[in-house]
Amino acid sequence: MSNVAIRCDGVSKQYRIGERESYRAIRDVITDTMYAPFRRLRSTIKGLPKVPRESQSSFWALDDVSFEVKQGEVIGIIGHNGAGKSTLLKVLSRITSPTKGEVDIRGRVGSLLEVGTGFHPELTGRENVFLNGSILGMRRAEVERKFDEIVAFAEIEKFIDTPVKRYSTGMYVRLAFAVAVHLEPEVLIVDEVLAVGDAEFQKKCFRKMQEVGKDNRTILLVSHNMAAIRNICSRGLVLERGRVVASGDIDNVVDSYLARINNSQADGETVETESYVVDNVRVGSTGEQVVKTFNPVEINIRITAKTDIAEPDVYMGILTLDGQILTALVCRDFCSIPALLKGSSAEVTFKINSLPLLPGEYQIEIHLVDLVNYKFEFVPRTYPFEVVETPIYGGRKLDRWFGHIGLDGGAGVQILNS
Amino acid sequence: MESNLALEANQVEQPESLPILKIRPSKGWASLGLHELWEYRELLYFLTWRDIKVRYKQTALGATWAVIQPFFMMVVFSLFFGKLGGMPSDGIPYPIFAFCALLPWQLFAHALLESSNSLVSNERLITKVYFPRLIVPMSAVLSGIVDFAIAFIILLGMMAYYSITPTLMIITLPLFLVLAVMTALGVGLWLSALNVQYRDVRYTISFLTQFWLFATPVAYPSSIVPERWRWLYGLNPMAGVVEGFRWALLDKTEGPGALLVVSVVVVFLILVGGLYYFRRMEQTFADVV
Repeated sequence: MSNVAIRCDGVSKQYRIGERESYRAIRDVITDTMYAPFRRLRSTIKGLPKVPRESQSSFWALDDVSFEVKQGEVIGIIGHNGAGKSTLLKVLSRITSPTKGEVDIRGRVGSLLEVGTGFHPELTGRENVFLNGSILGMRRAEVERKFDEIVAFAEIEKFIDTPVKRYSTGMYVRLAFAVAVHLEPEVLIVDEVLAVGDAEFQKKCFRKMQEVGKDNRTILLVSHNMAAIRNICSRGLVLERGRVVASGDIDNVVDSYLARINNSQADGETVETESYVVDNVRVGSTGEQVVKTFNPVEINIRITAKTDIAEPDVYMGILTLDGQILTALVCRDFCSIPALLKGSSAEVTFKINSLPLLPGEYQIEIHLVDLVNYKFEFVPRTYPFEVVETPIYGGRKLDRWFGHIGLDGGAGVQILNS
Repeated sequence: MESNLALEANQVEQPESLPILKIRPSKGWASLGLHELWEYRELLYFLTWRDIKVRYKQTALGATWAVIQPFFMMVVFSLFFGKLGGMPSDGIPYPIFAFCALLPWQLFAHALLESSNSLVSNERLITKVYFPRLIVPMSAVLSGIVDFAIAFIILLGMMAYYSITPTLMIITLPLFLVLAVMTALGVGLWLSALNVQYRDVRYTISFLTQFWLFATPVAYPSSIVPERWRWLYGLNPMAGVVEGFRWALLDKTEGPGALLVVSVVVVFLILVGGLYYFRRMEQTFADVV
């Protein structure tokens, strides 16, 4: 492996279903152990076949994943939710160990699976930079050296000695990113994180990452934002149900992936984030079966809190199929959601009086927010919907030259000299 | 040995000079990874510093808390055990007899509580970043040292008040301090790792510390235990710590002797056992916590 930075050989990871949610109480273990001999006795007497003590179903989050990444390559990992992307990153960044297989990584590994890991709201910006830096694996001297650069990058010079609990969410996110993008390991592993923050700042982060990429640094990136992936990565890897189903040149990989999504429709399954469950997302036009341009549209999002959430908020973004964000609404701008107790549900309805989207396929992404704890949780999937052909613009079919946005306008003509 | 490679960084120098990180499935008992722990010493420092800073930032009385708790415990003990109960105190004024023991006790009890809950309360960190997990309970234990230092100043003041001059024995005090910290860490490692798997542990801790307080010669001297059996008392390592503190500071009691030896051995066993148990369980923390 002369210039191979990451070699992944037959990596598999098995989870027991429900393992993540349930922890066991000692009581159960004790009663289990006490009853075990009786159970065995009974089954011997009755001549029953021996049943395994717990018939646990398990699944493979990663199944025989093998690939190599060359030094200096920027590789994008794409796939549906639950395809194993996050698990793969967790294995590569040593957060969890593989059940089978081997990984060799050449050089220092830095992983960025969440923005602002370890940020403490009580501490000032300055203190958090040092804390977060050291959590991400930077030496203190390194943070000191880059401190001014980090603060300048985050554009919060004035507030650096204010506790971050007083920061606006934008400032908070910018500072957290600023620390993260100044991480300089030989191998950088990045999960979805670059998708938050305002567009301007996102661009800045991408530029910085591209610079880093040119520095012969190897980057592994997970994102749902296909446009970003196309931009930054040179190669791609598609995961499906824990297996690598495609890999190669990024454009080919993304195209074939998008073609596959279009064929599968939304399914009403519930999705969980850390503190919420998304029970249902419905896009509908009031009074009509289908969604049409310039018609009123309602987007219903039903959520259930997994813990008590004092100040919940919901962000809903509308994206093109390749992940370009077109527009978004935040619930808080219109009304505040009352505190949600653990287990209680709420239905948030976004109303669009006149949908400015041209016919075509779009997707909705949702972020769920816990304002008190500064938690921004991506719902790890998008919800596709279709805007169907409408009689506007003379009822003709519009092609891609018209873009995505419908303009509620018109055109007129006046002959000036006849 | 393949089994010892479990999820640890084997940094082998290569011709290109970049170290190669090998990730392998974890099987069986892992090595302690003390080398890696040393590499991450700065993180230990920062996490400890965070715990201390945050604790005092949000409290109205700040560092005064470090004093209030042992001080009022001492007042209550002096009143009920010393004055009304007539508890012997080896010829030392009862208040200072109790306070001297309450200091290491508070350090221990606090460290035990914090470290046992440390993995669960740092869940976000554990599921998102890699670092040697041992750092989490370690920093929780160390963060109590500042409280101890503050309360120690009060103790010195009280010693002056009762005109007790420390003797040369005071140089052995750090050893007993280390013993107290090691006891807390040893037990804390077991409990924190168990706490990830079994949340019952959380409810056990307040009960455990209460029980342990009465099994430790804080309110009474260990000399009320018959001489013949006193070494057995060392099975409770905090007995060794507390008697050691009194001996090093007050020099009026007998040296803890056999009791201390037993305590040291017990602490060593708990600590080493705890380290290995922790390292073994560590591989599943991120999946379970």
